[in-house]
Amino acid sequence: MAHDTTEKIRSHAEHDFLKRKRSAEMRHQLTSFAIMIFLTLIAFTMVAAGFSTYLIVPIILLLAGVQVVLQLYHFMHLSNKGHGMVAFFMFSGIFVAFITVLALVTIVWW
Amino acid sequence: MSSLAQKKGVGAIIWDYLTTVDHKKIAILYLISGGIFFLIGGLEAMLIRIQLMKAGNDFLSAGLYNEMITMHGTTMIFLAAMPILLGFMNAVMPLQIGARDVAFPFLNSLGFWLFFFGGIFLNLSWFMGGAPDAGWTNYASLALASESHGIDFYALGLTISGFGTLIGGINFLVTIINMRAPGMTYMRMPLFTWTTFVASALILLAFPPLTVGLFFMIFDRMFGANFFVVEMGGNTIIWEHLFWIFGHPEVYILILPAFGIFSEIFAIFSRKRLFGYTALVFATILIGFYGFMVWAHHMFTVGLGPTANAVFALATMIIAVPTGIKIFNWLLTIWGGSIKFTVPMVYAVAFIPSFVAGGVTGVMQAIAPLDYQLHDSYFIVAHFHYVIVGGVVLAILAGVHLYWPKMFGTMLSEKLGMVTFWFFFIGFHLTFFIQHFLGLLGMPRRVYTFGADQGWDLFNAISSAGALLMAIGVIVLLVNVVITTVKNVRVGNDPWEDGRTLEWAIPSPPPFYNFAQTPLVRGLDTYWIEKMEGNKKGMVYAEPLGDIHMPNGSIIPFIMSFGMFVASFGALYFQDDSKPWTLAVLIIGLAILFGSMLVRSLKDDLGFHITKEELMEDLKKGGNTDGSK
Ligand code: HEM
Ligand SMILES: [Cu+2]
Repeated sequence: MAHDTTEKIRSHAEHDFLKRKRSAEMRHQLTSFAIMIFLTLIAFTMVAAGFSTYLIVPIILLLAGVQVVLQLYHFMHLSNKGHGMVAFFMFSGIFVAFITVLALVTIVWW
Repeated sequence: MSSLAQKKGVGAIIWDYLTTVDHKKIAILYLISGGIFFLIGGLEAMLIRIQLMKAGNDFLSAGLYNEMITMHGTTMIFLAAMPILLGFMNAVMPLQIGARDVAFPFLNSLGFWLFFFGGIFLNLSWFMGGAPDAGWTNYASLALASESHGIDFYALGLTISGFGTLIGGINFLVTIINMRAPGMTYMRMPLFTWTTFVASALILLAFPPLTVGLFFMIFDRMFGANFFVVEMGGNTIIWEHLFWIFGHPEVYILILPAFGIFSEIFAIFSRKRLFGYTALVFATILIGFYGFMVWAHHMFTVGLGPTANAVFALATMIIAVPTGIKIFNWLLTIWGGSIKFTVPMVYAVAFIPSFVAGGVTGVMQAIAPLDYQLHDSYFIVAHFHYVIVGGVVLAILAGVHLYWPKMFGTMLSEKLGMVTFWFFFIGFHLTFFIQHFLGLLGMPRRVYTFGADQGWDLFNAISSAGALLMAIGVIVLLVNVVITTVKNVRVGNDPWEDGRTLEWAIPSPPPFYNFAQTPLVRGLDTYWIEKMEGNKKGMVYAEPLGDIHMPNGSIIPFIMSFGMFVASFGALYFQDDSKPWTLAVLIIGLAILFGSMLVRSLKDDLGFHITKEELMEDLKKGGNTDGSK
């Protein structure tokens, strides 16, 4: 791994670009962190306020879904290059599982 | 094989195959064991047809008949068709993408041995108190009522071999994503590689539901659980759902690689680029997705309600669209080509009308109200044999002829191949075409006999006669294999002369490192492009000649699978009070399994290198070295 330690010399423009990109990324992470906290607050408030379970359960599930997507994209770097296949398989899997559960819930247990 | 192999003794060769991690040898193992299971399943089919040859026959008893149909279906799907296709994938796919092996050679071997031991376990049921007898679909109420240990053999055997298949599927996915040669973009992959890819994705997503179902079944039968026991609050319909959520994608796991083989054949022997390559690829992916949305068409008569039936009926009919796209693309590939009617091509041409017939009956069954008439009648039997035999088995037979020279370095006789084809093809239509009418005349499937006054005698006799013709075809194929092997006339890189993809650019069989130098891919049908440009070497290289890193063989996959095999006997008899040793056997088996996994994790195995000098030496001899050192 010796050759990895050699300093790469970057041009000024490159340097600036990277810096801007990193701070943009940081901003995204902070924003999504704030959103997540907010979503969690909504969930807790709903339960505390004592709404009907038929309202609470689907909304919490929805919020959970949003959280998962935020996690994947802003913290686990799913949007980075080279993750296309991973994302494709993940969403295919989620899709298949969703269809299955939906069908079982509606035609077996309903 | 090379002089190196001929000098080896029988013992050394057996050891070599037990420990091999080379995808080409694992392919041969899959082909041979899948072939043997195919013969066993075929024998069972013959016994079924003898029993049904005439009214009121008592050749097989009712109970034995049930075991026979169950084992026939289970063997043919899980132990014959799928493994043989996995064999072709192993033999061909890494070569097509210009890789030296699959991504995880060790897992590849593990996958094979798990399948093998699972299959042996399942078939041992014949000698150990009776085979499973609840049909290959093993519906829970029936299965839980079955008194022998047969169902336990089914559940455990399929669990083991299912793990093997799942491992194989994941391995192929990683291989195709990560190990394509430079320049081999997704849209330059040969169609057989594409269908391998999608079929592997289906394996990945479809086998877990089956495993869950089998686990429930194992716990219900062997450890006193009540997942499917209605009196105890369980739900017997859940098994049907789990089975078909797996089962329908499973039929696509079988047919997609078959489509892949035929796509290769049409292009090679029409000597034309595949018509509508892009459409074929997207149709394949689309079929993969739709495959997960239609399972309830097997359950129209269960009473899911009109809404569910309507939704699943429509979803099912939609699948016919991408399938139709494929058919037209193949026809347009042949259109205007300079066609050579070799044995594989004849199979491919025969496949089109046969498979279309199966698709048409499929769409008929997808009409839910009509299915109330057709369900569980011989019409269904006719449908799925038209798609499976007319699609998958014809593809397997075509693939055996097409890839035999690449796998074994000799050419099967074309003349005997034609004899096999005609016997098989005529026998196939004779057996199954008439079964449509038996179904419409009201003959239910899975009955062991029928009365003389029901008007089914003649058609059943004709059907049995057809089965005999198919059997003759298969026997001729075996004779062909023996004669070809004995004659041992070696062939060159491109024995069909019109090969288009990378596997035809290297020796037959390829050296154990496949490509001395990784090829550079400059377009679809790589080898064809190079041939057309007069490149004598058949490839452009992406790297200079250098050392090659190869994995060592290992006996551990074999031992691990054996451990699971032993443990299964413990689980099988767990509830028999007369057998106090079951727990011990279960523990010993699992100890073997986990012990060998431990050895594998603790002992570093870094493989070995073939040096540049050795490579050059080998290339001078024609690059035909076989086996590792
Ligand atoms: C155009 C495409 C297809 C359609 C619309 C279709 C539709 C159907 C339907 C509705 C059934 C259930 C009938 C019943 O039990 O009442 C069925 C059964 C079956 N199909 Fe298909 N099918 C198609 C293609 C295939 C293919 C390609 C295969 C396999 C390679 C296949 C294999 C089977 C099998 C094995 C069964 C019977 C399972 C059993 O009950 O044992 N089908 N098909
Ligand atoms: Cu189906």
